[in-house]
Amino acid sequence: MGVIDVHNLSKSYGKVLALDRVSFSVGRGELFGLIGPDGAGKTTLFRLLTTLINPDDGCAEVDGCDIIKDYLSIRKRVGYMPARFSLYPDLSVEENLQFFAALFGVTVEESYDLIAPIYKQIEPFCTRRAGKLSGGMKQKLALSCALIHRPSVLFLDEPTTGVDAVSRNEFWDMLAALKERGITILVSTPYMDEASRCDRIALCSEGRILGIDTPTGIVRGFDKPLYGISAKNMFALLERARSEEGVEDCYPFGEKHHLVAGEGFDEERFKAALADVECLEIVSTEPTIEDMFIKLMRR
Amino acid sequence: MSDVVISVRDLTKRFGDFTAVDRISFDVHRGEIFGFLGANGAGKTTAMRMLCGLSYPTSGSGTVAGYDVRTESEQIKRHIGYMSQRFSLYNDLTVWENIRLFAGIYGLSKTQTEERATELLDRLNFSSERNTLVCSLPLGWKQKLSFAISTIHRPEVVFLDEPTGGVDPVTRRQFWEMIYEAADGGTTIFVTTHYMDEAEYCSRVSIMVDGEVRALDTPARLKQQFAAESMDEVFRTLARGAQRGE
Repeated sequence: MGVIDVHNLSKSYGKVLALDRVSFSVGRGELFGLIGPDGAGKTTLFRLLTTLINPDDGCAEVDGCDIIKDYLSIRKRVGYMPARFSLYPDLSVEENLQFFAALFGVTVEESYDLIAPIYKQIEPFCTRRAGKLSGGMKQKLALSCALIHRPSVLFLDEPTTGVDAVSRNEFWDMLAALKERGITILVSTPYMDEASRCDRIALCSEGRILGIDTPTGIVRGFDKPLYGISAKNMFALLERARSEEGVEDCYPFGEKHHLVAGEGFDEERFKAALADVECLEIVSTEPTIEDMFIKLMRR
Repeated sequence: MSDVVISVRDLTKRFGDFTAVDRISFDVHRGEIFGFLGANGAGKTTAMRMLCGLSYPTSGSGTVAGYDVRTESEQIKRHIGYMSQRFSLYNDLTVWENIRLFAGIYGLSKTQTEERATELLDRLNFSSERNTLVCSLPLGWKQKLSFAISTIHRPEVVFLDEPTGGVDPVTRRQFWEMIYEAADGGTTIFVTTHYMDEAEYCSRVSIMVDGEVRALDTPARLKQQFAAESMDEVFRTLARGAQRGE
């Protein structure tokens, strides 16, 4: 039994099937990531698990409570940070915090030890209106508000979208610290490079889960040889590589292109065939979560 | 025609006593993919607005596609392409209506519009979707269409403001292939992104910190300069020293 248990959950909006029989389980104290692009169904899943909407089919439990029958108990136990900034822009930083504390019948003092590592960073601006905060500061205030009632489960919907690489890194450090305090965290992100910060991840696409495992487990599932290739003209190289025998896939990947070798691929023959390509380099390389995601999507 | 498509010298924008963009200088050459990076609040958007003729510089000078950012902003708007994740196409118009709308805004004639729309739809294999509402297209298609429309008037330079946010890895790569292709054909690409792997696709990358351009070179040379494994590391090293937030 997990803290979050999801069984065959489905949800449609009119003709659009947003979530298609999704099942997974998250253990206590786990940091679980939903990795996927827009339209994967991540937000729908959050809205279902936080009891804001009801499923068409399937069932789920959060901290032992059924998402339909026990929705009131769930709301007391979970913290939710929606993708869109949803604090009151006209209230000050501290007024927002006090407001959320009052809603849950607690005081800021009672929970101060839990939020302190995050809240202290914005406390110097406690009288500033929330609408006037920078993106990174808004994010910290929203997280503080979501934690004010000491929830057992935290739902964070794309907390790092549109945030620069440095602030994103800081945010994941804060999550790691919360996990140490025993809070179960379900977090979604479109950035594949953040997957490694999670204990386990689910790769999501178009309402389905393509795979669930630890980040290393996901990568281990990539069972084909992978190469990094580069040349002077990278665009022309793509076309050339794709037309060679045994090349199952070839796509841009940072400074190199990644080449997935299928049956019949031979490195020496490949080099010989592309002997006229200026500055050709080919090296064996380790797959990443993103390579696996691409592979699962192409299936 | 000159090989330099964007040229700025000491370009500065102040809002009251706050210097959003602080004397930035650089040249962008024809057919280059120029990555414009910076932490949130570094001044990227303000700089980009000046280059697009949407904001008047406080001091300094610059030309975009041969036009002066101080005196010819209307000409600039006609001669550049622009696309962002937030603003691209009208969902409740059809593919064809979107093309006609933007072609009209960019000042193409009726015949030109018809010609280029047909060519564009052919190239994208979209001819059967001419009368489809944009809202019912998959995201990847919308992105491609949006990029194609932003270049329908054959601008010398196209500005892409975080064009791939929230897009799946396969579509993101298809999109970058379009960018490569356009650059290969001589269109200059000026692009901002939060994906550091995309920074590696650029011919050159500039990184803004606190309103200044702190680094500008090819990804390979930047990594060398900062003794870093990846552009992500280069970016973090620079942005960590930032004094100001957004």
